[in-house]
Amino acid sequence: MRLRAIPLSAWIGIAGIALALFCAIFAPFIAPYGESEIVGDIWAPMGGDFLFGTDNLGRDLLSRLIYGARTTIFVALAATILSFSLGMLLSFVAAVTGGFVDQLFSRFNDLMMAIPTLIFALVVLAVLPQQLWILILVMAILDSTRVYRIGRAVALDVAVMEFVEAARLRGEGTGWIIFREILPNTLSPLLAEFGLRFAFSILFLSTLSFLGLGIQPPAADWGGMVKDNKDGIIFGISAALIPGAAIALLTICINLVVDWLMKRTSSLKGGRGDA
Amino acid sequence: MPERSKTDLLSVRNLKIEATSYPPGEPPKTVTLVEGVNFDVKKGKVIGLIGESGAGKSTIGLTALAYGRGGVRITGGEVLLDGQDLLKLDHAGIRKVRGAKVCYVAQSAAAAFNPAHRLGEQVIEASLRHGIMNRAEAEKRALHLFEVLGLPNPETFGQRYPHQVSGGQLQRAMTAMALCPNPELIVFDEPTTALDVTTQIDVLAAIKHAIEETHTAAIYITHDLAVVAQITDDILVLRHGKMVEYGTVKQIIEAPTQDYTRALVNVRGTGREEATDQSDTLLKVENITAGYSNGFKVLQNVSLHLPKGQTLAIVGESGSGKSTLARVITGLLPPQEGTVTFDGKPLPPALRGRKNEELRRIQMIYQMADTAMNPRQTVRNIVGRPLTFYFGMHGRQKTERVRELLDQIEMGERFLDRYPAELSGGQKQRVAIARALAAKPDLILCDEPTSALDPLVAEGILKLLLKLQEETHVSYMFITHDIAIVRAIADSVAVMHRGRLVRFGPKSKVLSPPFDDYTDLLLKSVPEMEIGWLEKVLKTRRMESAGN
Repeated sequence: MRLRAIPLSAWIGIAGIALALFCAIFAPFIAPYGESEIVGDIWAPMGGDFLFGTDNLGRDLLSRLIYGARTTIFVALAATILSFSLGMLLSFVAAVTGGFVDQLFSRFNDLMMAIPTLIFALVVLAVLPQQLWILILVMAILDSTRVYRIGRAVALDVAVMEFVEAARLRGEGTGWIIFREILPNTLSPLLAEFGLRFAFSILFLSTLSFLGLGIQPPAADWGGMVKDNKDGIIFGISAALIPGAAIALLTICINLVVDWLMKRTSSLKGGRGDA
Repeated sequence: MPERSKTDLLSVRNLKIEATSYPPGEPPKTVTLVEGVNFDVKKGKVIGLIGESGAGKSTIGLTALAYGRGGVRITGGEVLLDGQDLLKLDHAGIRKVRGAKVCYVAQSAAAAFNPAHRLGEQVIEASLRHGIMNRAEAEKRALHLFEVLGLPNPETFGQRYPHQVSGGQLQRAMTAMALCPNPELIVFDEPTTALDVTTQIDVLAAIKHAIEETHTAAIYITHDLAVVAQITDDILVLRHGKMVEYGTVKQIIEAPTQDYTRALVNVRGTGREEATDQSDTLLKVENITAGYSNGFKVLQNVSLHLPKGQTLAIVGESGSGKSTLARVITGLLPPQEGTVTFDGKPLPPALRGRKNEELRRIQMIYQMADTAMNPRQTVRNIVGRPLTFYFGMHGRQKTERVRELLDQIEMGERFLDRYPAELSGGQKQRVAIARALAAKPDLILCDEPTSALDPLVAEGILKLLLKLQEETHVSYMFITHDIAIVRAIADSVAVMHRGRLVRFGPKSKVLSPPFDDYTDLLLKSVPEMEIGWLEKVLKTRRMESAGN
């Protein structure tokens, strides 16, 4: 793959994601103030000592934004990747095996989807201990029902193709059929779904934080910061918009990269010459 | 350029058609699809447009309606209908012509009818909308046309929905729809290509009878020269959007002047003697009865056998159970009764019970090479996988063997890293053959491997299969509906009809009299490259309209 073949839009996306990752990894070194350090007045305006101003408790918004990148990206990304691995694996097994296994997985999936996601998450998170990995796992499992739905639909279309039949006739095992025959032919729609699901994960995380079951204060996360500062909007203070914009920009950057990947994978000529 | 005469209904002059293609990563390109095409259709006469896929025959046919399919633009020339240039008409003017003066019959009638409306309504719709006749007149004309086209129960035929009639009847209903507004010209776009041979002949006869009866001129588009010879007065041979030869049927069939036309006329020249030794049996199918879970038996009590190194052709119409038989032999569909014996040992009925060695010895080639190969794998991986899977080959050894196989299918190593989308239809089928060969099989099941290909390409594939059989002594079970292919390559023949074996034996016996009724019908339905063949056959054979 040549670097020149990557279009400008994808470069913008890559740059945005790189910046966010850089902030997340080196947060303690680049943040001007501590994560929960109260350094000034409540809702100080932009400029001066504080580039983005301060929040509802007088903490530096920029520092919290940088620290928040850590939790937000880590949790959302981990949950999305996990939900995709789980959803795709189960859906492909169901599509390839068919029969009883398919029925079992699909009906169980319907059962899960029948319960409102937020209420389900609230109940489970309220009962279980408040730890980060449990939060990620619950988000991943709830999200994987959606991935399962789309994954099974896409895989079924491919599973009836003659080249899959040819692989079966050759005597290939289920693993080969799933990973070598079906997966490469279903990547495009699944990648598109990945971009969307990641954005939803960030939003879901902030919803949970808002309800007190996501990231626990005083740790910063972008969704929680929107919540903390939302009352300021009434008084014309824009502090809540800054973490909101960060969420939007990261989502756009991810989708720019995903769009490019999707074009590459949807080309049947190995992605060569596709810009 | 020929002068336009008074009797010409349609004159096409210097036609140029272009389209814009968008190759990924490059600026859009303008592609010329058709260039420099001239022809005339006289009143009441039929012209045949013939050529392989991509020759531009449908595109040219549609210009008679001043229509270009998605993205196709008519950029030059004239299309004169009764002296009026259709290309200069505005939108409203064109609408007056379409469906009134010029009508269209599509290849797939099943897709062209609206399944939610009754046939009768759809047949008279255009006439009513154009105000050509009132409802009573239109219904009367539709009834007359149903009779002329030999449709069963013409009085009530219009009451039916499209799914309630057969494919052959639907195609005739579509012809009735085109004829109903009393047009001056009809464009037939491969109207019989999707039909079985025994049905095709009825539809052909009906179309021919109807256009003679109504004195309508027609443009008949097909890739089958034998069909076009039966129905048209003139033939225009096309290739890559250019005219190859234009003349009367007699001249084209009997004295073609161009090499390409000559190749088309003589395309069915492949052939060989049948093997006589029937002793060394490789595959034996005994009393197979098979069906799907709804209880319908697709195969009933089928028994046949195939000697080593020979070819068994399975012939029959769609729905006769040919492909199901292949599924039973591969183990994809375990039979309800009966056994499959391979090289003296019984094969486990289900795929799951078979060992890799048993799977290796039976390989399969599919009709559609497009869907039979993973579009995400290169030729190297497609052909190389059986080598790794069955023989544990890796690295250089594997690459060497893939190269050898590519040489065997006459393609060469420059194709190693291509994806299927970068191959032509014939090349794809060759790669599929190489994949089958890679397993060093004793038997290859060929499920209509040439029926989706153009005649000249198909002939190349058949020759290749014969050559490979000589080199490797592989046996073929060749499923087809084309008697010409059977004549060309088979040693023994099995004729199937509605899930039963009608006739089985050496080719010379099966294809020579005395015949049973079905084999007789089948053999007589295959169009021959001979003018007047249709009339001759129809005399000896009653119309089987009711059944088709």
